[in-house]
Amino acid sequence: MIQPQSVGVVVPQRAHFAEPLALRSGGTLPEYELVYETYGELNADHSNAVLVCHALSGSHHVAGHYADAPNNSGWWDNLVGPGKPLDTRRFFVIGVNNLGGCHGSTGPISTNPATGQPWGADFPFVTVEDWVAAQARLADRLGIERFAAVVGGSLGGMQALSWSLQYPDRVANAVVIASAPKLTAQNIAFNEVARQAILSDPEFHGGHYYAHGVVPTRGLKLARMVGHITYLSDDAMGDKFGRSLRHGKAIYSYDVEFEIESYLRYQGDKFAGFFDANTYLLATKALDYFDPAFEHGGNLPAALARATADFLVVSFSTDWRFSPARSREIVYALLHNQRNVSYAEIESDAGHDSFLLDEAQYHALLTAYFDRIKV
Amino acid sequence: MAYRYDYEVITQWIAPGEKVLDLGCGDGSLLKHLAEVRQVQGYGVENDPDKLLACTRNGVNVIQMDMEKGLAGIEDGFFDHVIMSLSLQAMHNTQGILVEMLRVAREAVVSFPNFGYWRHRQSILNGRMPVSESLPHQWFNTPNVRFFTISDFDALCEMNGIAVRERLAFDEGKLILDEPNFLASVAVYRLGRGA
Repeated sequence: MIQPQSVGVVVPQRAHFAEPLALRSGGTLPEYELVYETYGELNADHSNAVLVCHALSGSHHVAGHYADAPNNSGWWDNLVGPGKPLDTRRFFVIGVNNLGGCHGSTGPISTNPATGQPWGADFPFVTVEDWVAAQARLADRLGIERFAAVVGGSLGGMQALSWSLQYPDRVANAVVIASAPKLTAQNIAFNEVARQAILSDPEFHGGHYYAHGVVPTRGLKLARMVGHITYLSDDAMGDKFGRSLRHGKAIYSYDVEFEIESYLRYQGDKFAGFFDANTYLLATKALDYFDPAFEHGGNLPAALARATADFLVVSFSTDWRFSPARSREIVYALLHNQRNVSYAEIESDAGHDSFLLDEAQYHALLTAYFDRIKV
Repeated sequence: MAYRYDYEVITQWIAPGEKVLDLGCGDGSLLKHLAEVRQVQGYGVENDPDKLLACTRNGVNVIQMDMEKGLAGIEDGFFDHVIMSLSLQAMHNTQGILVEMLRVAREAVVSFPNFGYWRHRQSILNGRMPVSESLPHQWFNTPNVRFFTISDFDALCEMNGIAVRERLAFDEGKLILDEPNFLASVAVYRLGRGA
């Protein structure tokens, strides 16, 4: 045992793919780039690679920090590193920014080769399956035949699940956290509110706001505020903010009065300052479309029959956006197929965001699971 | 945890390659054993985080579930055997879980400490709650919530139309043929759906 450490300074890398990628929407990306980071060393027989798939607002920057930004730690830095659950002394961990993203991989802010202008709203719809197909090409490029594990939370968990279906021979373990086999109507509804906030922002300009030199920050901010409410639990929000008033009493104003208002506005502004609205639209649609059972008449056990990986499925007690019941659907469908599957429902008061936190029981379980993966 | 000679009996009742569900599987050691000697496709059920962790370390499939609420989600007749080893006495919903066990599996294997064991009776006669190898806890910290004898369990099975296909009773590992309700500390049952 060592004290958990950071992977330290990391440098993003970039891979260019000249071969067109056919997308499920019917479109094609003629060529594309993926930006990614790696942590640890690929072993001699290339058997220790772990792919970490990001969620809605994540990126390839999973762990460590950049030399010029020591405080900008990766979004899953508490999970990945020497002595951490996903121990980079054993595993070669890869984070990759998905297609359509806004952190360096080809996306709406990239140049459309056909027009010489940013893709904007013309960027084709991308699905979880498309992302996985692109990730598989990156795996080919890196010489990884089979991942020791593919891991993700939320939308990232959908990618891990999809990996096990699209490339069953290439995934030894799928770790699906705070995720779902498909969104519920309520969940899609939240995404639609977020999208309408962006689409109705006067500065959206049909998705071609780059050409107008503006950004639909108000819509994006609203979208994030709505999302943020759903990522927290009622209890956690109550404990943290309650009905605390900034001025100690009502001042009858639409300025910030309740602390929760301040928090949501801050989170919204922060997010709108760095995230791309078109990427947000695309990623929420990818969430909505994901439904591997659809082609099997809604029969999830039939859809998961293709999977051969061993599974760890994890949910959190207060996560109502991706509730434990959704995770259990995955578990029972895997059980039906006699796959190796373990399932834990972690007690946590932090709602959906729990998957990003280092709650002791959660990380102990991940440590135990990763430790027994043979590489 | 050393008190596990019922494993031997259970193992004999499991055919190679069966699908097995172990309710209250603890650290998963029985399933691990059955995977080794019977090549079963096994799943454990636990609701205690520490035991989930122990199963994971043992490389045993474990599904977190509150068994008191039944086994909803598991298909009818999916398993060949469902096992509940020395856990029935720690459940409130005794009848409900027996129904559920025989719903999800062809046969159920249940073992429990016999409260009617003579040493337990002697302890009560002496005015103290029994503490023994099969009832190792004190009254104030026991996880057990149901205290019943072999005869009680036989009566429950009859009342619920549960077929007792085989029953073995033991006193600290020795097979007891005569007067098991008096002389045996632990009983192991093989149960099926009644006619």
